[in-house]
Amino acid sequence: MEGVQHYNSSRRSFLKSTGHLLIGFNLLPLTFCQTKGSPNEIPPYSGIPFRPTIDNKLIDSWIRLDATGHLTVLSGKQELGQGIKIALIQIAAEELDINPDRCHIINSDTGQTPNEGFTAGSNSVEGSGSAIRQAAAEAKHHLLKMAAEKWSVNPENLSVEDGVIIANSGEKVSYWELLQGKYIEERISGDIKPKKPENYKYVGQPLHRDDIRKLVTGESHFVHDLQMPGMVHARVLHPPSYDATLESIDLTQVEALPGVLKVIRNGSFLAVVTEREYQAVKAREMLRELAVWKKSPIAILPRQLMDNVLTTSGKPEEVEISPGIAELISNSAIHHQADYFRPYHMHASMGPSCAVALWEPNLLTVWSATQGVYPVRDSIADLLSLSKEKVRCIGVPGSGCYGHNGADDVSGEVALIAKEFPGKHVRLQWMREDEHKWEPYGTTMAFRLSAGLDSAGKLLGWDSIVWSDSHSTRPNGSGGSFIAARSLDPPVEFRKGGWSGGSHRNGIPEYSFEAKQLHLFNYDGPLRTSSLRGLGAYANTFAMEAFMDELIHKAGKDPIDFRIKNLEDPRARAVLEELAQKTNWKNRSKSANNGFGVAYARYKNATSYFAVLAEVEIDKAAKNYKLKKLTGVIDSGLTINPDGLKNQTEGGMIQSASWTMLEEVQFDTNGITSVDWNTYPILRMKDVPEVEVHIIDRPEEKPMGAGEAAMGPVAAAISNAVFDATGSRVRNLPIKAEKIDWTKV
Amino acid sequence: MPQDITLHVNGKTKTISADPQEPLLYILREEFGLKGAKYGCGLLQCGACTVIADALAETTCVRPCASFEKVEITTLEGLSKNGELHPVQKAFIETQAAQCGYCVNGMIMTAVALLKENSSPTENEIREALNPVICRCGTHSRFIKAVKMASENIKS
Repeated sequence: MEGVQHYNSSRRSFLKSTGHLLIGFNLLPLTFCQTKGSPNEIPPYSGIPFRPTIDNKLIDSWIRLDATGHLTVLSGKQELGQGIKIALIQIAAEELDINPDRCHIINSDTGQTPNEGFTAGSNSVEGSGSAIRQAAAEAKHHLLKMAAEKWSVNPENLSVEDGVIIANSGEKVSYWELLQGKYIEERISGDIKPKKPENYKYVGQPLHRDDIRKLVTGESHFVHDLQMPGMVHARVLHPPSYDATLESIDLTQVEALPGVLKVIRNGSFLAVVTEREYQAVKAREMLRELAVWKKSPIAILPRQLMDNVLTTSGKPEEVEISPGIAELISNSAIHHQADYFRPYHMHASMGPSCAVALWEPNLLTVWSATQGVYPVRDSIADLLSLSKEKVRCIGVPGSGCYGHNGADDVSGEVALIAKEFPGKHVRLQWMREDEHKWEPYGTTMAFRLSAGLDSAGKLLGWDSIVWSDSHSTRPNGSGGSFIAARSLDPPVEFRKGGWSGGSHRNGIPEYSFEAKQLHLFNYDGPLRTSSLRGLGAYANTFAMEAFMDELIHKAGKDPIDFRIKNLEDPRARAVLEELAQKTNWKNRSKSANNGFGVAYARYKNATSYFAVLAEVEIDKAAKNYKLKKLTGVIDSGLTINPDGLKNQTEGGMIQSASWTMLEEVQFDTNGITSVDWNTYPILRMKDVPEVEVHIIDRPEEKPMGAGEAAMGPVAAAISNAVFDATGSRVRNLPIKAEKIDWTKV
Repeated sequence: MPQDITLHVNGKTKTISADPQEPLLYILREEFGLKGAKYGCGLLQCGACTVIADALAETTCVRPCASFEKVEITTLEGLSKNGELHPVQKAFIETQAAQCGYCVNGMIMTAVALLKENSSPTENEIREALNPVICRCGTHSRFIKAVKMASENIKS
């Protein structure tokens, strides 16, 4: 430990000697003067004083100890239902040795939390988690130094119990008493070592999420639930299709409706502000009846989509090249080629997107369920030609988003409306069809896969061509990233966003092929697309692991054994070995009416390992199949909260099963026709499989994001199970029963 | 035109002035400040807005508020008795049955109505009862587990 000295000087001189001074006084009264240590006696929490974040390198930007016996964690990552609040609290509580019941968290607010970009890519535990761990470890180091100085002892001889520092002599002082409401303004040096996993007390425990208590009692939780004084309601009327423009509308009839405060038309952007929410719903209906649109047809139809994708012109991107691979494959004893396809998939959030905004003379505040308060703040500032300092974006949980859904667009729209209706909180919620029609979908993708094996089953060559539209059109500081931008007069150019590495995520196999190659075509498709859980990894893994199953079948090998033999990484092999053991794979009860499918992937080829077994049951007479059970094994390194990890993995498995078996965005020349839950059915309670998740915990390894790990493998496992049961390879998602050749069964 | 509408919500009676055609959901959220029931589709397709009307689970996003005048309405906020949570609520906490939680209101209210009618439902009966409520996060297996747990606890 650094700076182990016996001071006999005042704290002030100690602080001077370190070159830093604790500054800034907590405005809360010092009501907590005696530390009692028992979590039952935690005084009520009244929040922390508002204070802008200055610098991500300050401990204080992440960790604040107030005067009343609480710890507040600040994180730039948003709670999306993935349980990040409790996981980050566990990390901070662990390093500081504070009971998690004393810990609170503020997530994503440009006014007071660090800028951590987007809550995406399963990066929160790795990103925010490690920053908070380090800040907390350093905070504890400084607090121990302060106590050591106070008692003139060596800080190494001090221990901490629930925030109370205890000396060998029995003297005690709490963190809160030491700080007396002052901030820890020390910089994060990076030199202090966090705790060793074997000493963990809270990390690794299945602690309950406090927000679940709120959710089950109906306490306000979502941005949808915000109730501000004098708040008014808004609805927008989107055009019937992407590029339709408003030719004419008579607004006077709408303005005359009861409760209508303002009707806004800016180019083709139409919105209504009312006293009560239902009045806005009614007024929107009238807007829809009255609006005359100049339509702009969609040129490519769903049945033409696969051909359209596969005939993308231009030069492909060479992601990985292996000269001579075509010959290697065609000369192999076993060689095979197949095309795989994924349609457009929806995030299909349960709650249509919602945001609240208040336009004041010097500040626009937007309460948003965005995944990135800073990028959205910057984009709103650009859309409205404001300086960034004049916009504050406060993150509030929304309905689960699973990537870039309508949450950002609704935030941009509510800002436009608030500008036209200043001084009042304006709440805008989308209708169901707005969310279904206007969210940026997970893109359609296609794959042409070829591979060769020798007669013994040795993997020789793997060659893949991937076609994909963009997986990333998130707000990036440009107002043009909002869907409303194109409708304004003058329009702000809608920027579709660039193509990204997300397209070939998990596209190159980890398996020990002698040669591997991947080409990527950037496809410019008819529908708006962006990040959906897993990005390209979902469909790349679906195609790869289903194609591997084809190869394994041709080679006459066992799907688990073969994968284990051809994976070098022992952790990859371990999840498959565990899967075989947990599912009694060798003795599985195969009958004429069922089938088993296996798949494996390491997400991004770099984070969590996941292996899964799917079991389907078929009804030949009814020409139908049912997904009976999914069993998964996950290794995410050190597990922060095992129940949270299981919950998210179970959810990923079921959501992926829904995408894989049922989902496909439908559209015609007039626009999107998947406009509600009947025209875009998802898996419901009667049809969800039983799910079972096993964790391989590795406390000695770094924790890795897990929220997206299950998506791809589950899709392939279902496809492989359907083949096992029916002899049909359905390479074209979704795997609907009518695509199975029942005459072969 | 607005008219006086008298509603009985969570044991309290209140008269409000509203468009009689206004769906109950908006009245609960705006006039009563009860945010448990959610807008999900406005089309009777997802169950996010479910309450208990007399003893039955009932969606509120379409049905006019005036038609609820003689009905005893219970919302998620009204399930606890004397500060104690309903066994279904407790079981949802115990099993940590939520991810984003937007559907949780619909799941809990439907489960409470189910258990009132059938205190020992089979798994298939639970699935059947909760089928009208959509969950996008894939928390279904936990909801089933929670309802089973609540059923056991109610019986014992």
